[in-house]
Amino acid sequence: MAKEPALTEELVQRYGPNRNYTPPGGWEKVNRTGPEKLVKTHCSFCGQQCGIQLKVRDNQLVGFEPWEDFPYNKGMLCPKGVKRYLQGTHPDRLLHPLLRTDEGFKEISYREAIEYTARRIQEIKNKYGADAVAIYGGASMVTEKAYVLGKFARVAVGTKNIDYNGRLCMVSAGVAYKLAFGIDRSPNPWSDIPKTKALLVIGANIAECAPIATSYLWQMRENGGKLIVADPRMTPITRNADLYLPLRPGTDLALLMAMLHVIVRENLADCEFIARHTSGWEAVRDYVARWDPRTAAELTGVPPERIEQAALMFGRSPKAMAIHARGLEHQSKGVENCLALINLCLATGNLGAEGRGCFMITGQGNGQGGREHGQKCDQLPGARSITDPEARRYIAGVWGIREENLPGPGLSAVEIMEAIHRGEIKALLSMCFNPLVSLPDANFTREALEKLEFFGVIDFFLSETARLADVVIAGSMQEEDEGVVCSSEARVQKINKAVDPPGEAKSDAVIICDLARQLGKGQYFPFQSTREIFEEMRVASKGGVADYYGITWERIEQEYGVFWPCPDLNHPGTLRLFEDGRFWTHDGKAHFLVTEYREPGDPVNDEYPIFLTTGRVVSQYLSGTQTRRIGPLVDFYPEPKCEIHPRLAEQYGISDGDWVKVTTRRSEVVVQAMVVRTIRPDTVFIPYHWPGGRSANRLTHRTIDPRSKIPEFKVSACRIEKTSPPADLASLRRWETGR
Amino acid sequence: MFGREFYVDPSRCIGCRSCIAACAECDSHRGVSMIHVDYIDRPNSIATVPMVCMHCDEPTCAMVCPADAIKKGEDGVVRSALKPRCIACSNCVLACPFGIPKVQLDFELMMKCDMCYDRTSVGLKPMCATVCPSQALSYLPPETIAENRRGHPVNDFRFGNEDVRTMVSMIAPAEAAAIAVDVADYMWEDGNAGRQ
Repeated sequence: MAKEPALTEELVQRYGPNRNYTPPGGWEKVNRTGPEKLVKTHCSFCGQQCGIQLKVRDNQLVGFEPWEDFPYNKGMLCPKGVKRYLQGTHPDRLLHPLLRTDEGFKEISYREAIEYTARRIQEIKNKYGADAVAIYGGASMVTEKAYVLGKFARVAVGTKNIDYNGRLCMVSAGVAYKLAFGIDRSPNPWSDIPKTKALLVIGANIAECAPIATSYLWQMRENGGKLIVADPRMTPITRNADLYLPLRPGTDLALLMAMLHVIVRENLADCEFIARHTSGWEAVRDYVARWDPRTAAELTGVPPERIEQAALMFGRSPKAMAIHARGLEHQSKGVENCLALINLCLATGNLGAEGRGCFMITGQGNGQGGREHGQKCDQLPGARSITDPEARRYIAGVWGIREENLPGPGLSAVEIMEAIHRGEIKALLSMCFNPLVSLPDANFTREALEKLEFFGVIDFFLSETARLADVVIAGSMQEEDEGVVCSSEARVQKINKAVDPPGEAKSDAVIICDLARQLGKGQYFPFQSTREIFEEMRVASKGGVADYYGITWERIEQEYGVFWPCPDLNHPGTLRLFEDGRFWTHDGKAHFLVTEYREPGDPVNDEYPIFLTTGRVVSQYLSGTQTRRIGPLVDFYPEPKCEIHPRLAEQYGISDGDWVKVTTRRSEVVVQAMVVRTIRPDTVFIPYHWPGGRSANRLTHRTIDPRSKIPEFKVSACRIEKTSPPADLASLRRWETGR
Repeated sequence: MFGREFYVDPSRCIGCRSCIAACAECDSHRGVSMIHVDYIDRPNSIATVPMVCMHCDEPTCAMVCPADAIKKGEDGVVRSALKPRCIACSNCVLACPFGIPKVQLDFELMMKCDMCYDRTSVGLKPMCATVCPSQALSYLPPETIAENRRGHPVNDFRFGNEDVRTMVSMIAPAEAAAIAVDVADYMWEDGNAGRQ
């Protein structure tokens, strides 16, 4: 099974991607009628979770209106937010469940889909054991869905193997923050940024991936603060950087350790803070002694003087913050990278105060909340460890099961795909995840998916991955459901329902509960509404690190969100962590940890002499399942391009607009060159939002960080050559972004 | 209007084109954007510039219009061409010193930014300045700009001998009183310094 039907024009015409440019009925109809109501909610894309008002008429989204009262974005929106409403009433929308037959997909009833899916899961469970069934979740879903999916895996299916696409997001930071601080959360709110005096941005393309935060950066500079940007590419925020450090991909750790080296040498360490609030300083201090700027310069390709300057700017500032995203985290030493950044902040006493701290930018809509309550393979609700006996007892109690029946830690997202490829996992149920585009080494992913005995997908569009499924259950879009999300700054917010799911599409939570009932575990899933799930989740989180017990939907509305931890109803929420000097570790201290340098998993050599790094563009989101169907966003950046420095381009005889074949140890893609001086001459960049023959993730590799299990998307080795346009260019384009 | 003014600070622009996306959502012209965002020189820089209509005190577009189709309101807002009058000749497109008006061939009409008249007249901000993530486009009280920005607003532009004053201001570096775009303004000539 799980063989993809031939990509016929018929299939693509019906299920897309097709581009939607106008609200239902076209501009004229909307102009004539106007909206019936405005629904205050949040954008469906990215971890900023900007406030937005959706215009609704006749149970359809017809436009948006800025929501200026919401404190984070004050009405600001990036182009994805402005056009997000075009995903509603999209012609590609799945309106009925689909079953694969020899003739292709056939529409079936919802009841049939539930019965079929449950039966197949049960058969495989009976034959191979529960762990042969894996569940994939997504970090764009509201937290209630993530919670109920985690419970479904462990209670209804009984498998340990549940993980989510947040594994591709910021788990390296999560592991590092837990090791150093005992809590996986950004310590400071966004509003601290304008108040700091030196801001280090490392591996974070803020202007394109968290665009609203740009206004916070610029305000920091207007207030006299200094901006340091470390990135292999000049991303748009670099235009106002006081110091730009063009580091080589995969060498962030050397840069950060050399900065700490200078801080130690210049006696800029905050000895009092270190003595009172931390442990492990001596070992780190001694370790970085060998990481002088000259040594780091050899690895990073950043002049030693600039490293000195950056360290002095950061270390001498009365208030400093460091902010990071996937550039730092998407490496096989992602955890070490984040720890080194934390060491820098701890050594300078920059934590637990306004404008002083570190900040991880979650990339996915509910990147923070989606990992806190149970779809992560190693965590139970409340961000509890699944191996902690006390946490297991508590959650088993809330769920009404015996502790010994609660599975232990399972495999992570990449490991699940590898176990499928090895034939150990036989069934996969995937919700809100498009691994064929978003996992590294896409050819391997396809091979693995084709080996599955059963593959079920719950989604609202027929994503590239869903085309391989045996059954696709039409789920819900963000605007068709309600529930909470947690933004990058740990502000728990409420998504409000604007419209009902169309046709036979159902709320994802309803689908999960119906599957659980069909599997004979209905007594554990008595929920009649999302609010009932939220209420159980509050209790499940009580006493955990991510404690939501004091948060109610009403409070969220009244207070524009509540920052967790919030352990009781009278608790104001926690805007900033560690203000009392206490950390969440067992000894109450922040832990300095030694970070050893390692080479990337896909090293450059004579055969593959160029670094390849991947990332996003501002007009697309993740695997593009939604944004490749929104016409105006597609038009802004229609297809993947390869950024190449003119020096490198000249070496290979490549001019702007030429076709370039980029080859790695896995595969090759042919894309057009964009010859620009805004990237290192030893590095090329391709954004990853597109599927099929030109998908950047055909090129990336499956090396993962040993602790966070994050793939090393940011560092691959490649070679390039000038070539002719792909013969099947028209069909490639058609399958990427439709017409 | 309502004590707020429009400011363009090109140095803040991140090229995201949210303004373009949002302009096309404005109720009076849905589907059509009136904003320009351009890379200055993409091969060499990531720098981008957004442009909206500057709403000149003496609008060149209106002066060159053979059909008298472009009107400035008492509020200082220079409107799009009047549909019954506009002959889509593109004189305004060629004459505007800022390169703002566009002729929409589908409608045979010049359309341009009217500073979201439907929004600003009821106390809202223009759509682009509301959504702009970097606040390169902003609509704020002058006091807020004075307090929060290091640069200062300039609404006096010299194109050779032509002095153009506008309702919209550009945020310029602190020392610049006016923005001159002519090399001659910077030269020493016939015993006289240029205007800069």
